[in-house]
Amino acid sequence: MKELTLNNVKIGSSAIVSRLGSIGPLKRRLIDMGITPGVRIKVKKTAPLGDPLEIELRGYELSIRRSEAGNIFIKSEEKGSESNG
Amino acid sequence: MAKSLALIGNPNCGKTTLFNALTGSNQYVGNWAGVTVEKKTGKLTGTDYEIVDLPGIYSLSPYSLEEKVTQDFLINDHPDAIINIIDGTNIERNLYLTVQLIELNMPMVIAVNMMDDVEAQGGHIDCDYLSELIGIPFIPISAKKNKNIDKVVAEIHHVINHQHIPCEINYNRETQNAINRIYSVIVRNCEVSEKPYPYYASKLLEGDFNVLNYIQLSDEQKSRIDAIAADYEKQSPYPDREALVADARYTYIEELVRKTVTKKDNGDGLSVSDKIDRIVTNRFLAFPVFAVIMLCMFLLTFGPVGTFLSDSIEKLFNDVLSPGVGRLLESASAPEWTIRLLTDGIIGGVGGVLVFLPQIAILFFCLSILEDSGYMARAAFLTDKFLRKIGLSGKSFIPMLMGFGCTTPAVMAARTQENISERRMTIMLTPFMSCGAKLPIYALFAGAFFGAYQGFVVFSMYILGLLTAIIMGAVFKKTLFKKNNAEFIMELPPYRMPLPGSVLKNTWEKTKGFIVKAGTVIFSMSVVIWLLQNFDLSLHMTVDSSESIFAAIGSFIAPIFKPLGFGQWQPAVSLLSGLVAKEAVVSTMSVLYSASGTAALTSAVSGVFTPLSAYAFMAFSLLYVPCISAFATIKREMGSWKWALGVAAIQTGTAYIVALLIYQIGSLFV
Repeated sequence: MKELTLNNVKIGSSAIVSRLGSIGPLKRRLIDMGITPGVRIKVKKTAPLGDPLEIELRGYELSIRRSEAGNIFIKSEEKGSESNG
Repeated sequence: MAKSLALIGNPNCGKTTLFNALTGSNQYVGNWAGVTVEKKTGKLTGTDYEIVDLPGIYSLSPYSLEEKVTQDFLINDHPDAIINIIDGTNIERNLYLTVQLIELNMPMVIAVNMMDDVEAQGGHIDCDYLSELIGIPFIPISAKKNKNIDKVVAEIHHVINHQHIPCEINYNRETQNAINRIYSVIVRNCEVSEKPYPYYASKLLEGDFNVLNYIQLSDEQKSRIDAIAADYEKQSPYPDREALVADARYTYIEELVRKTVTKKDNGDGLSVSDKIDRIVTNRFLAFPVFAVIMLCMFLLTFGPVGTFLSDSIEKLFNDVLSPGVGRLLESASAPEWTIRLLTDGIIGGVGGVLVFLPQIAILFFCLSILEDSGYMARAAFLTDKFLRKIGLSGKSFIPMLMGFGCTTPAVMAARTQENISERRMTIMLTPFMSCGAKLPIYALFAGAFFGAYQGFVVFSMYILGLLTAIIMGAVFKKTLFKKNNAEFIMELPPYRMPLPGSVLKNTWEKTKGFIVKAGTVIFSMSVVIWLLQNFDLSLHMTVDSSESIFAAIGSFIAPIFKPLGFGQWQPAVSLLSGLVAKEAVVSTMSVLYSASGTAALTSAVSGVFTPLSAYAFMAFSLLYVPCISAFATIKREMGSWKWALGVAAIQTGTAYIVALLIYQIGSLFV
């Protein structure tokens, strides 16, 4: 089975991070913002033009591009209770 | 020796508000040596302690300029204490930086800000327990309400006088073992001087070899550290030392938060910010809301209010100050040239630039409100996808937009972009946005040549500027900034009510920068230009401007413009005066063609230009080097003459090519 990334998560759903794919400064930046293996991320919405994404983790909101979300691998997807955007 | 204190925290945590509360008006703004990162210092009120306001950062990683500056300052300059401000409403991520600061083993005070918001949301943070667990004072404060600031000050004195440093952090067993083993490898180096060994040990375990700038290790030591890190990675199913250490830090923080923080789970899971965002970043409403906000900002700045204030300043200079000084000097029987230098040259030149002061102040006032309220991050969020195509990001949007008003503040607004390539590119493209001062040029020529179509012709200038920016952006992306793989990872802070005090202070700081420039660069440039306009080549004063040095230079460069359709010396000289301010292009033309009044000038240019060469002239005016005020700002923001001159050359080159194409291709049809 193909490994899923944060890009595959439906709007309004959450997922647990399994690992980060990128290297160097981008990975460092993602880690520093709290995106570490095991953390739960909720994908809240996309911008009106379809990119970037608005995600929620550790009690705050972050905007990342889809290309960056593609470097965040996830374990499992969970259904969210609501969807907006 | 005066004590120094480092104020440090995440962006959007109220750091500036706390800095203002601690220092009052005793502040100095400058740049860190060698880089364009802003450095603010101030005296702690009532003491001679110096507080250094460090850049807002998320971590002590060495990847961004801000983080490197901070790390360098903390380790090399060794401040006497650290004041770490954290946002209580977002404590988990804020503590990530705190944990790294704790490892530095320095006296430290932690101000937990926005406690009123935490309580309003029904949450609680047990600061006493946190103080006990970490061994340094955690003080609940509200920077905007000035609450408990005195306690912060008292604790600063306490931690410095008692050299009160934090307890050592205990990470999970695997991480702590690895850190201890690395410590045993580097302990020899650390005992020599008081170095923050826990910080070095964890950074080395992380694989951050930037710390080798501060600590000398032998090859043997390095290979032992690598072996320890390899062992460490083997113990986890996910062998990545960088992520493992970060995970250990966050695990430690989660434990702290579990013990000391309670959050109220609000029923529907929607915060106030969520509700605002339902409209503001809604798929259908986002852009209309955005357009309305931008329109209001522009109307306020360039509409009746801004124009009225600008006109008042202009009147003050032209009708009061200039004649007044003139009369004063006449009564003191000063030589005529001194009077004219002072009134026409200096007062006229500086006044001509200060006319923009109200509009710049209003623009910055609006931007401060957008910034403090949290909307700026949303504007970037909305426009990122489009701007990325030309190598920019959402964060470039505001500077580009402001460029339609005035290039000077627009270039300054690019400061909010962390990525240096992106920031440079924004600065290089912003001047292509047709600024307000170019409008008189379009008005003159469009009125003289295009009659009923003049509105359309003026509009086409704006489009031409945009198209040029898009094309040049694509060109820069493929050439100058090929390696720019900037990321767009941006916090969307909760919406907050902007504080009048902080908005006004911010506006004043930016505006002050502009006034200082008007008083220095523009002052001296005005003198030079006036001299060139009023003296001939044998350095005698002349009243006939066609004999001036300026005219000589004009005649010299005029042939260059022949292929563009305007090879006479007057347009060349007008373009030269446009270097001071774009409005000067029109005012110089009226002097050179001895035309008093708009009608006379219109008929004068009708005799000299053709519709085609007029259009080429307008296009050239749109695209060539921005005015001296904008140029000086570009130089300062780019941090070097090389970049500034490069930008000027690229812009003039672009202007030349575009005007040439317009005239030559146009000539085939007309």
